[in-house]
Amino acid sequence: MSTDKSQIEKLIDGTLPWPELRDDVLPDPKDPERFETTIEILQERVDWDDRILVPLNDHLYVVAGDDGRTVKAECGHELCSADENWKLECDIRAREEQEETAELYPELMTPDPDWTFQIREYFCPECYSLLDVEAVPAGYPILQKFEPDIDTFYEEWLDQPVPDGQ
Amino acid sequence: MSQEPETTQGIASDEYDRVEPPIGWDGQTLQEMLDESEQLLEDTGRYHGRERLEMKEDEPFQYERMFSRLRGALVNARETALHISASAIVREIGELAFQLYTPEGDCIATSTGIIVHVHTGSLAIKYMIEEGYEHGRTIQPGDIFCNNDNDLGNVHTADVHTLIPIFYDDELIAWADGVTHEVDIGGSTRGHDQLASTTRYEDGLYATCEKIGENDEVYQDWRDRAERGTRTPMFWDLDEKCRVAGAHMIREALTDLVDEVGVERYKEFTREAIEEGRQTLESRVQERLFPGTYRDASFMPVPFKEEGWNPVSQKNMLNHLPVEMEVGGDGGLSLDMTGASPPGPHPYNCAEGSMQGGLWVSLTQCLLHDGKVNDGSYFAVDANFPEGSVVNPQDPSLSYHTAWGSIMPTYQAVWKNISRAFFARGFREEVNTGYSESGDTMSGGGFNEVTDEYFPIAPFDLSCQGMGASASRDGLDYAYTMWNPETDMGDIEEWELIEQGLPFLSRHIKPNTAGHGKYRGGSGWETLRVVDRSYDMSLYKHVRPGVTNSTSGMHGGYPQATNYSVRVHNTDLEEQFEDAEYPISDKVPGDLEEDVDGDVVRTERGIYFPTTFENHDLVYYHMGGGPGYGDPLDRPFDLLKEDLEKEIYTPDVVESVYGVVGDLDEEEREFEIDHDATEERREEIREQRREESQSVRSFIDEERDRLVDRDLSDPARRMYSGVFDRGDDWSDEFREFWDLPENFEINME
Repeated sequence: MSTDKSQIEKLIDGTLPWPELRDDVLPDPKDPERFETTIEILQERVDWDDRILVPLNDHLYVVAGDDGRTVKAECGHELCSADENWKLECDIRAREEQEETAELYPELMTPDPDWTFQIREYFCPECYSLLDVEAVPAGYPILQKFEPDIDTFYEEWLDQPVPDGQ
Repeated sequence: MSQEPETTQGIASDEYDRVEPPIGWDGQTLQEMLDESEQLLEDTGRYHGRERLEMKEDEPFQYERMFSRLRGALVNARETALHISASAIVREIGELAFQLYTPEGDCIATSTGIIVHVHTGSLAIKYMIEEGYEHGRTIQPGDIFCNNDNDLGNVHTADVHTLIPIFYDDELIAWADGVTHEVDIGGSTRGHDQLASTTRYEDGLYATCEKIGENDEVYQDWRDRAERGTRTPMFWDLDEKCRVAGAHMIREALTDLVDEVGVERYKEFTREAIEEGRQTLESRVQERLFPGTYRDASFMPVPFKEEGWNPVSQKNMLNHLPVEMEVGGDGGLSLDMTGASPPGPHPYNCAEGSMQGGLWVSLTQCLLHDGKVNDGSYFAVDANFPEGSVVNPQDPSLSYHTAWGSIMPTYQAVWKNISRAFFARGFREEVNTGYSESGDTMSGGGFNEVTDEYFPIAPFDLSCQGMGASASRDGLDYAYTMWNPETDMGDIEEWELIEQGLPFLSRHIKPNTAGHGKYRGGSGWETLRVVDRSYDMSLYKHVRPGVTNSTSGMHGGYPQATNYSVRVHNTDLEEQFEDAEYPISDKVPGDLEEDVDGDVVRTERGIYFPTTFENHDLVYYHMGGGPGYGDPLDRPFDLLKEDLEKEIYTPDVVESVYGVVGDLDEEEREFEIDHDATEERREEIREQRREESQSVRSFIDEERDRLVDRDLSDPARRMYSGVFDRGDDWSDEFREFWDLPENFEINME
C-alpha cells in the first residue's frame, strides 16, 4: 500500500479522515517508505538542524548532533546521550495523595492512597511538555523503556549507512 | 480409506476398528514424532527443518486452497455447533473456538472466537504424548478426551476442551480441539471466574487430559460426574455436545480433504503451513518494528485484606508483572518476565500455557492480522515465564480459576512495548496503549421465585470495554476486549432470558473512565440492575483493577480511571416502581444516593465477595476506559467539545486536566468554549507543572530515603519482598538503580 506524504503529515497531525485511515493507511501491506517519509516530515518541522535518527514520542527524538547521539526534545533541549535513560534528566511530579489524584479523575476512580501508588508525570525541564506518565507503586525504579538499536536498523534492516556514520 | 463407522444422527451404530501403536506417521510413535520435531526446530530454527516452502512455491493455489478449506471447516464447525449450546456466553457472544493440530500437537489452523486457545490445546496433546497415552490409555479412532487442567494446557478452569484424534488408514493425522467457556464449573462459589478460590481444591470440576468417551460417544459415568459437578448441568451437557459435534464436523471435513489431495500432500502441507506462520511473524517484525530493547511493567492489585474468606488470603497483595522484550536484528522476538511475583493464595495464578495464549491473542491483533494464524508464531517468539512465579507456578495445587487476572495486566505492558516500536518506525496508526481489563463484572446466581429453577449470572456484555488510544486517534469507546477480537455486547433481552432474576434498569456511558491524553482512551459504560422475583441470590463483583492502576498511559497519556464498587440493599425501589420511577445512573460516584434510599455499600475496590441479595436490591457495575496517548494539552478543542457533549468527561475534569473552560447546556448537550478563560487556565496548568515538579535526581534521593525507611504500604512492601525472595536478577537491578547495598532487603517484619 502506498501512502503519499500529505497523508502521513495528516496522520502525524491526527487530522487524517477515518475513511483514508481505514482504506489507505491501516491495511496490509504497509507503505515500505513509511519510516523515511515520517523522518522527512518530522525533520522539516523542528527548529534545529540535528539529524533525527529515531522518534521516541511526539516531543522527543534521538538525534545525531555535534556531541554525538543525544536525546533531544522538540523545543531544542538536550536531555542526555542516546544510550542513557532520558527520564532521569526530566522534571517530575508524583501524585500519591487523594487530593493530588482527584485532579485527574473523581473520587473512587483513582488509586487508593493507602496503597502508596503513584502517578508519575515526567516533564521536559525546558518547555514542560508532558513526556510520559507512569503508574507504579512507590519505590519502583524508573525504567528505561526503549533502547533502540540504531545501527542494526539502518545498516541491516534498511540496508543504508547510518546517517551519522558512527 | 479413513475409518468411519456408519452413523445415525451423530450416534455411532458400529464400533471402530482398534489401532495398535505406533500410530504416528511412517511407523513412528507420537513420542518419536514429537522428539524429531523438537530436534529439527532446535537444529535448524525452522519448523521440521523446512527452509523452503516447496508446496507454497510450486503449487500456490493448491496450497492456499488447502489452508482455506481447513480454516473454513473450523469456522463452519464453530458457527454451526454454537447453536447446540444454550449458554448465552457461547451462543450469543461466541465464547468458543476450534483448532486443528498435528499428531505431535502443533496448531495448523484455528477458527474465529477465543483464539487464546491456539496453544493451550497443543500443550494438552503434548502432555498425553509424553505421558505415554499411546501405549497405556491408548488413543483410538472415535476416542474423546477432555481437559481443563490449566497446568497442562488451558487458560482458566471454566474453559473446557474436547479433543478428538483423527485417523486415516490407521495413522493419526491430526487432532481436533473444541473449547467453550462454561458458565459454571462447580467450585466453592457460583460463577465462572471465581474470586474466593485460593487452591485447586476450591476451583471445581477438573478433567486432566481424561478419556471421556469412545466410538464417538461420551461415557455415561463422565457425563453423570460432570453434570453433577456443576451448578448448570443443562448448559454443561449442551456445551459438551457442541464441542463434540464441532470436532466431528472438522474430522469429516479433513477426511474429505485428505481423500481428495492424498495423505502425503496433506502432511507436507501441515509442515509448511506452520513454518510459514513462523516466517510470517519474523518478516512482520522486520517490516513493522524497530530493533532494540523494550521494558514496561504492569501491576495486579489483590485487595483481599477485608474481603478474603480464607484466612491465608486476608491480606492486600500487589503482583508485579514486568515485561522486557527484545526485537533482534534477525527479526526474532523475545519476551522475559524475570522479576514476576511469586504465586499466591488467590485465583490469579497463571500457567505457562495460559501466558502463551495471552501472547498469542495479543500478537494476532497487533502484528499478525493476516497470514497463517497457527503455532508458527509460537515458535518464532522466545518467551521466558520464570518457573515458580505467578506466571508459571508449576504447582497444580494452586487456584488458576481467574488466570486472566495475570494475563490481562501483563499484556498491557506487551502492547506498550510493541507500540513503542510501531511509533519509532512511523506506524502511528498501529500504536495501541492498552485496554480496559474486563474482569468479571458480576457473577453468581439465584433461584426463580416462580419456577424454582436455578439461573446463573454471568453477563458477557463485559466484553465491551474501552480500548486504548493510538498515536493517531482516540481509543474505541465501549467496544473492545483483548481476549476476544470479535467482541460483542449481546442483546439485553438475551441476558435477561438467562439471568431471569436480574433485569436491567439502564445502560449509560460512564463519564471520566477514559484515560486522558492528546488522544484519549476509549470510554467505559455503566449499568444498573435490580434483583427481581428471586430467592437465594448470591452475587460477587470481580472488576479489576480497583485500588491501584495496573498500567500506565503512553508518551504523556494517562492511565485510565480505576474501578470501584457500589451496591444498595433494602432499597425503596418497590415504592419507586409504583410511580414508574427508578435510578438509572451513578455517573459521578455518589449520584446514586440521590435517587434511591437504602443501605449503600461503596468501596474503592472493584470487587466484593459473594454476597446475598434480596428482591429490589440494586446492583451496579461499570466497564473501564482505555489508557490515553500524548500530552492532554495537545488535545484539539473540537474533540474536547465532543467529549463533553457525549458525556465522555464532565466539565470539571476537562477544566482540570485539559484546561478547557466553557458552558455546557445539559439539556441540549451543547458546549460553548470560553476561549479567554481557556487560555488563562492552560497557562495556569503549565505554571503548575513548573511549580509542582522537581528534578528526577532529587526525586530519586527522596524515594531512596523512603525505601531505606521502608515507608511503603503493606501491599507494596509485600510485592518487593516476594520478588526479592525469588532472588532473581530483577532484585539486583532494583538495588543498583536505587544505589542500595547488596544485602538490602524489604520484608514484612
